[in-house]
Amino acid sequence: MCRSGNRCGVQHQWVCQGQAGEYWGHSSFPGGDMGRPQGASAEEPLRLLECSLLLGTSKVQAQLREGGPFRSETPFPSSEVTCQVLQGYMSRRGGWWLGAWLPASSEDPSRLCLQGHTDILVGVKAEMGTPKLEKPDEGYVEFFVDCSANATPEFEGRGGDDLGTEIANTLARIFNKGSLDLKSLCISPREHCWVLYVDVLLLECGGNLFDAISIAVKAALFNTRIPRVHVLEDEEGSKEIELSDDPYDCIQLSVENVPCIITLCKIGYRHVVDATLQEEACSLASLLVSVTNKGVVTCMRKVGKGSLDPESIFEMMETGERVGKALHSSLQSLLHKEESLGPKRQKVGFLG
Amino acid sequence: MAGLELLSDQGYRVDGRRAGELRKIQARMGVFAQADGSAYIEQGNTKALAVVYGPHEIRGSRSRALPDRALVNCQYSSATFSTAERKRRPHGDRKSCELGLQLRQTFEAAILTQLHPRSQIDIYVQVLQADGGTYAACVNAATLAVLDAGIPMRDFVCACSAGFVDGTALTDLSHVEEASGSPQLALALLPASGQIALLEMDARLHEDHLEQVLEAAAQAARGVHTLLDRVVRQHVREASILLGD
Repeated sequence: MCRSGNRCGVQHQWVCQGQAGEYWGHSSFPGGDMGRPQGASAEEPLRLLECSLLLGTSKVQAQLREGGPFRSETPFPSSEVTCQVLQGYMSRRGGWWLGAWLPASSEDPSRLCLQGHTDILVGVKAEMGTPKLEKPDEGYVEFFVDCSANATPEFEGRGGDDLGTEIANTLARIFNKGSLDLKSLCISPREHCWVLYVDVLLLECGGNLFDAISIAVKAALFNTRIPRVHVLEDEEGSKEIELSDDPYDCIQLSVENVPCIITLCKIGYRHVVDATLQEEACSLASLLVSVTNKGVVTCMRKVGKGSLDPESIFEMMETGERVGKALHSSLQSLLHKEESLGPKRQKVGFLG
Repeated sequence: MAGLELLSDQGYRVDGRRAGELRKIQARMGVFAQADGSAYIEQGNTKALAVVYGPHEIRGSRSRALPDRALVNCQYSSATFSTAERKRRPHGDRKSCELGLQLRQTFEAAILTQLHPRSQIDIYVQVLQADGGTYAACVNAATLAVLDAGIPMRDFVCACSAGFVDGTALTDLSHVEEASGSPQLALALLPASGQIALLEMDARLHEDHLEQVLEAAAQAARGVHTLLDRVVRQHVREASILLGD
């Protein structure tokens, strides 16, 4: 019955470990053996949530989190674990950091990122367009997030549009001045520029969505190659755009300053990074901080229905900066390592 | 017409296949943990994901519940980066709606819906890369996902497309062949009984040739069945090893 009942599986784990000692009584909780919350009557999922809330709070207060050594806990351990943070971010499923090239029909790359049970596919397509009026010598980036019904049946039809727009707007906001060299995307001022369409496809949602998406977007932008074009002008002043014959004659974007999002979930009196769905359910409010590789905060947002103490916001920002810096350095070294492998790079896809 | 030569004098197609040859098919079941059933398939460069949720209670208005059988709900969507030209919307356009309806029709014929009255089965397919034969890839992926979810079916549903060029039937058309405008046919077959779950023909074709094209498509669908059967058996073997039986 509990083939994929996520919540249920975790409860078993928690209860079996016996670490939530004082909540042992909940193991006889009627919802404990329920496979899927959809099948239950209206009040049961609520109780299930309450139960996991209690367990979750106690777990975090006891400084214990499910998921082993990767999922680092806030008072963040010293620098020797930082390289593991990224692995924890990317690969809770046993070392999966997936790079997949899609589609073959165009030269644009996309990258698959797995974060626990969060599966995301990002595609970057460069198209030629006209620059915006207020910035005639710059190209621009457009974000689109598709919350497909694959992730949850609630996203069917137009159900995922709200979340998709929210994530796309957040992504647009964290990319502010200096994140990308937009001037390099300009072909001829006021006439032609490259428009980068960053399309995010959400395939499975297992918590910490914003962080995973921002990492995947950065990785996808890293291996984006844009063909080099030359503008030829003749005597009469008419311009002609010429594409290089060499398919490898491309420009690569500098993603050094692209920020990543770190979400800090407040659970009880503590905050955690890289929260699972269960932990997110326990958290009343969380802080979303976007951090560059130098630790500069480019954007900050409080999400969730609860409220936060100003003091804890500063604490969380501090953690966010520290985790963000570590994440960036690990991500950068991983990306460079992958790139140096060249064609020998092992492609890992859904075929596993 | 000085078009592309789809079939050379030696009998080879643009991508080097013979007329009746399929593209390489690779598939995997159980790619996602949260869904009840999921599968991924690659047919040449066409890549599709299918996810199944259910059977569960009817979502939304209860008046849609059928008293004697399960409601099969399908959604087809295609990633914005799946085609050479960027798509604006992943789903909700006319083509996606039509393909969703066709999938529904196909799977209503195959799933034993009467075993789950007043419930709903959701099948969502997502095309990640489109290089011809998207309908066929979706059906094949969805079959594996339904099997992965453990929903009883009459039989596998195996789909394949076929076209007709220069008096020869071509199977499993690629995007180039589809775009050439020659007649094409999509067929979904229940291989054990030889029943046809869906048949769709797009262009004009002389009646005399129909049998030949149909037979080629059915033959290819039976080939697909052999491959899918192998994938399912492999998956079950792996799962049983993991369970320690």
